[in-house]
Amino acid sequence: MSISEETIKTVADMAGRYEAGFVTDIETEKAPKGLSEDIVRFISAKKNEPEWMLEWRLKAYRQWQDMPEPEWAKLKIKPIDYQDSYYYAAPKDHTEGPQSLEDVDPKLLETYEKLGIPLREQEILAGVQNRAPVAVDVVFDSVSVATTFKEKLKEVGVIFCSISEAIQEHPELVKKYMGSIVPPGDNKHSCLNSAVFTDGSFVYIPPGVRCPMELSTYFRINELNTGQFERTLIIADKGSYVSYLEGCTAPMRDENQLHAAVVELIALDDAEIKYSTVQNWYPGDFETGKGGIYNFVTKRGMCEGRNSKISWTQVETGSAITWKYPSCILKGDNSQGEFYSVAITNGRQQADTGTKMIHLGKNTRSRIISKGISAGKSNNTYRGLVKILPKAEGARNFTVCDSLLIGNQCGAHTVPYIESRNKSANLEHEATTSKIGEDQLFYCMQRGLSEEEAIALIVNGFAREVMQHLPMEFAVEAQKLVGISLEGSVG
Amino acid sequence: MIKVENLHASVKADDGKAEILKGISLDIPAGQVHAIMGPNGSGKSTLSYVLAGREDYEVTQGTVKMDGEDLLDMEPEERAAAGLFLAFQYPVEIPGVNMSTFLKTSINSIRKARGEDELDALGILKLIKSKCAELGINDDMMKRAVNVGFSGGEKKRNEVLQMAILEPKFCVLDETDSGLDIDALKIVADGVNKMRSPDRSFLVITHYQRLLDYIKPDVVHVLAGGKIVKSGGPELAQELEDKGYAEFLEEAA
Repeated sequence: MSISEETIKTVADMAGRYEAGFVTDIETEKAPKGLSEDIVRFISAKKNEPEWMLEWRLKAYRQWQDMPEPEWAKLKIKPIDYQDSYYYAAPKDHTEGPQSLEDVDPKLLETYEKLGIPLREQEILAGVQNRAPVAVDVVFDSVSVATTFKEKLKEVGVIFCSISEAIQEHPELVKKYMGSIVPPGDNKHSCLNSAVFTDGSFVYIPPGVRCPMELSTYFRINELNTGQFERTLIIADKGSYVSYLEGCTAPMRDENQLHAAVVELIALDDAEIKYSTVQNWYPGDFETGKGGIYNFVTKRGMCEGRNSKISWTQVETGSAITWKYPSCILKGDNSQGEFYSVAITNGRQQADTGTKMIHLGKNTRSRIISKGISAGKSNNTYRGLVKILPKAEGARNFTVCDSLLIGNQCGAHTVPYIESRNKSANLEHEATTSKIGEDQLFYCMQRGLSEEEAIALIVNGFAREVMQHLPMEFAVEAQKLVGISLEGSVG
Repeated sequence: MIKVENLHASVKADDGKAEILKGISLDIPAGQVHAIMGPNGSGKSTLSYVLAGREDYEVTQGTVKMDGEDLLDMEPEERAAAGLFLAFQYPVEIPGVNMSTFLKTSINSIRKARGEDELDALGILKLIKSKCAELGINDDMMKRAVNVGFSGGEKKRNEVLQMAILEPKFCVLDETDSGLDIDALKIVADGVNKMRSPDRSFLVITHYQRLLDYIKPDVVHVLAGGKIVKSGGPELAQELEDKGYAEFLEEAA
């Protein structure tokens, strides 16, 4: 057996070793299977929602029924049977919404500990965990089970809670902003989310406040056949700053599970939002592609005010299918949008991801750095739009799209759209495609690295420009994840 | 220490296999430096790749033993852990990975494979700094991506630095002199000479005699047509420089 054949074999035995793939055995309350107006009413009633919220959901549901699936992406998706899924699942005793940590089911705490998510405020503050404090909103299937550091954040006026709680406690903000950036009818997936969203996070940073710690939401899908539909809304008022991170995992299941999320960001004058994602949903079986999460996400940020800035950083390693285009609408003059992305596909995964930068205001600037890594029999597409509207005097964009191929059975595709309707715009686009070289691997192995270590090192080098935009606390874990997600990629 | 016996090897080519090494035998005792000289296409680089275990090179016959251990049975990284180091003729660029990260990964992979404790960041830094100072290499190099934008001389010095840091038992230098000016050549040779010790052996592969003015070999072998056609003392290198390879090519043909 040659070296690479043997490596492939060893690694294949290990492959699909998805470390977050365990199931938490916990009693769950579920809605009946399937989707109907009754289910929408059921979810709304479970959350004790006001009438206006229910109406909003029902309107979205009706619109959704007639909407076509978006089919323009380079993805092969089996028709989705929307009636074969559960739209609400909550751990019993947690159906009332978030509670204090003492009341959280120990099994849940254990789950997050296993996933390496810090929840114990006291220990974190006491330095037992030896890391910078991070406030976490914990979403388990359809509900937020806990939010940490809420009180501490309240002292500076920062609101950080579940979206269900925000609907009760801050209806004026929710009414004003929810759906203003991503209207329910934006696309079929966002419309479904608008009808059946069950939880998610809400953040409001008051004027002039620099949020004193990283905020984060950790999404976990646990139940079988259950979709997760979360909604996140972040409002950064004038002159404020917030850095927010989301992480996601799910057990290994043979059935596909739907995850259709909506994220809306609003930055007012001189405000800045930094939004980072480390997405590690179960990618499906390595060999057959069976199972895995369908990740259909609509993320959009509005740079509403002058000099505002929104920055998206994403490390996408999981999911059977990723359909996701975090975008920025640069409305305020001098506003800035950024998109830093690492998308890794291995096995049978498919990803179609990128961004849209819509320049409306004067002197708006955007920057896109996309690093796609394809391995195994996967397909990875960058799809991006840079659009300069007539009033965007002096707009600038800089785009780099690099693709790296590992092996010879995968695909990398780059589909950039550029539309400029203002002569003063300055647009730059660079793209490269390369293969991991045998000579690079051999060089590393001669220095004692195994083939796996060599690939992880080379890929992390390739993705470095993006990884360095992640908050420090997460960069190391993301680097490890890059290595793990490429296991079994040689061949 | 190093025993190569009747080594035959082929390279996988588009049109089947071509035998490059046709029965090479070498015996390099600990502490000795052996030089292999030969014209282009004689199999010099193939020999270094086969020793280090590069894919696409198939050993069809023969054995290679290091301290009695069968090298051919090992993966490239296992050979590295066992103490084999290859200084590349063309060191490879790894964009985005800085030298200190690369060295840290390398050192700890090898330590782990040898059952030693891994070094922490501080320990690694100290080790790198002291070796840089020893070899007269500016440690600014450690902040740059591996071989990216390095001059020819910097690349070769970097190879010698890695060799010094990893402290191998058996060092193979594949045309380390190619593309070097005389100053760079001296620095590289100086580094190698500092590493000479009774329990370490070297195989220096070169086209020109020039390098051997600075690294004094114990034995010189002439490789032609995939075979060692003559072995002798250091004076053989001078003879080759004067007469050229022509007569050996005829002999091998």
